[in-house]
Amino acid sequence: MNRLLQRLFGRLPLGWLQLTHNRTRFAAALAGVAFANVLVFVQLGIMNSMATATLRPYAFFQPDVMISAGDANSLTDGSNVARQWLLQAMADPDVADGMSLFIANVHWERGDKDISLTTFGIDPAKPAFLAPRIAGDLARLEVQDAAILDRRARGLGKAEAAAIRPQTPLSFETQGRTVTAYTTFAGGGGFGADGYMLVSDQTFLSLFPARRSAAPDHILLTLRPGAQPEAVVTRLKTLISDPSLRIRTYAQAAQDDLRYQQAKRPTGIIFGFGVLIGVLVGLVIVYQVLSTDVADHLREYATFKAMGYGPGFFLGVVFEEALVLGILGFIPGLIVGTTILTLMGAITTLPLAMTPSMAISVFLGTIVFSALSGAVATRRLAAADPADLF
Amino acid sequence: MGEETIVDVRGLNHWFGSGEMRKQALFDVSLTLHRGNFTVLMGPSGSGKTTVLTLVGCLRAVQDGSLRLLGQELNGASEAQLVGLRRRLGFIFQAHNLHESLTAAQNVMMGLQVHGGLSDNTAEQAAIHALGLVGLSERTTYLPANLSGGQKQRVAVARALVSSPALVLADEPTAALDKDSAAEVVDLLKRMGRARGTTTLLVTHDNRILDRADRILTLEDGRIIHVEDRS
Repeated sequence: MNRLLQRLFGRLPLGWLQLTHNRTRFAAALAGVAFANVLVFVQLGIMNSMATATLRPYAFFQPDVMISAGDANSLTDGSNVARQWLLQAMADPDVADGMSLFIANVHWERGDKDISLTTFGIDPAKPAFLAPRIAGDLARLEVQDAAILDRRARGLGKAEAAAIRPQTPLSFETQGRTVTAYTTFAGGGGFGADGYMLVSDQTFLSLFPARRSAAPDHILLTLRPGAQPEAVVTRLKTLISDPSLRIRTYAQAAQDDLRYQQAKRPTGIIFGFGVLIGVLVGLVIVYQVLSTDVADHLREYATFKAMGYGPGFFLGVVFEEALVLGILGFIPGLIVGTTILTLMGAITTLPLAMTPSMAISVFLGTIVFSALSGAVATRRLAAADPADLF
Repeated sequence: MGEETIVDVRGLNHWFGSGEMRKQALFDVSLTLHRGNFTVLMGPSGSGKTTVLTLVGCLRAVQDGSLRLLGQELNGASEAQLVGLRRRLGFIFQAHNLHESLTAAQNVMMGLQVHGGLSDNTAEQAAIHALGLVGLSERTTYLPANLSGGQKQRVAVARALVSSPALVLADEPTAALDKDSAAEVVDLLKRMGRARGTTTLLVTHDNRILDRADRILTLEDGRIIHVEDRS
């Protein structure tokens, strides 16, 4: 190892030798870096899963433009939209079709389990608004109280979900009615609910008698081929007479929702802070290790200064130490982080997992912040005055 | 036939502190060191010996007077020039100042590496050779913690001499050693100096060393009060 590093650097691997000289301290330093890495991994994992969970329901649909109430920060938030705006929007030559989307949560009591399902009420005659994987089954919803159920819903057994077919449907009671699931689609539990369910708008209004067909939660629009969604949005903003409405491209709406979850909702802010704290902990640990190490070797460094070594040499040694700590601390951090995320994912059924992009960004972050700590720690080098050696 | 001058000091004055606290440490010091000479600088503590050594060693800026080292004037020299000159010197300190994480050979290699890269094995061969000259060829892979005081100081001597410096500056190198080790280290310095044409300036209050000197300078209260040539 020493000879390899010596060839690599073209000099003695002083930082490596210095760090590994005191094994106990080295192990403690690596554990510290690994700990900071795990902290960041877990927080990032939760943030990522929030993003995945937030964007997941958007993928069930494929409209081009969405019209929502001014206070609708996410799919499930905010007031209703009057259906008359759908009719106004249809006046635009580029708008091909429109659909009302109704959204509400239902509770399915199963013995001791209470499964909450975010339920979408849609028009079964308009498959163009749905993702192809779902669109094919829409005809099933024509039957009153029929449903397409999320087979990954939390609390629904895998075998049980797999058994749901048109020939062997699954019926359950909710909102005082018996709903029958004839087929399933892949959704997944998130932070707001345990899963999803699709029903027809007629079924939706029977399940929620207080809701009116003239007041859906969102209005979805599809455009004619070749139309520019952004241009249509701009035109619709002048065409539709209610200025408080949020008229956005569907992709923009999804991004706005994500930003809202991450920046405005307490959960997003908390986990964002968690990442920050993890970075700070790592920064402090590496700085502490390196500055103690510099302080411990001031006499030797002063000797090297007297011998004619310049500031670049010492900077190199401290950076070398920072890199060794960053790289070697990252490995256990990645292993423990992956294990914790996998376990948490299995327990909560949230989409928690280590992703390559997470691993790469945390690795690069570790290197950058270790080097930063190292740069700060070298300020102590000024105290190494060779004239004091005599 | 003029002997080659390594160090030429003329009218050197030096002060420490500033304002009211300013105190003169050296008064009009002049001295010349010729190539190959072994010069001992003596004097009671506080007489300014160490100040002379740090000035000659480019570790302090010259304030007043002229100090020419290896043909270069140090008065007004830039920090980069001083660092460059220091690479051509060998330092031996009162404490060995070896790096605890490096083996004996690696410590000696630090004396070579300052001159450039260590991408091949020649530096290591040179270090092992130098350790052989100080009688430590069996100890090249030892860490300083596993060497005796005398052995550590001998490693320090090897480190100072391995790059064949023009001038070796030694500050009481024998203070921490017993009589036999002290004599051994001084003989070593002298012998290796002779063999390589190295000039040595050694500060000490150790009388055991005097009979080995070519020239003895005595400093008192910042002035050279006595010069004794023995060669």
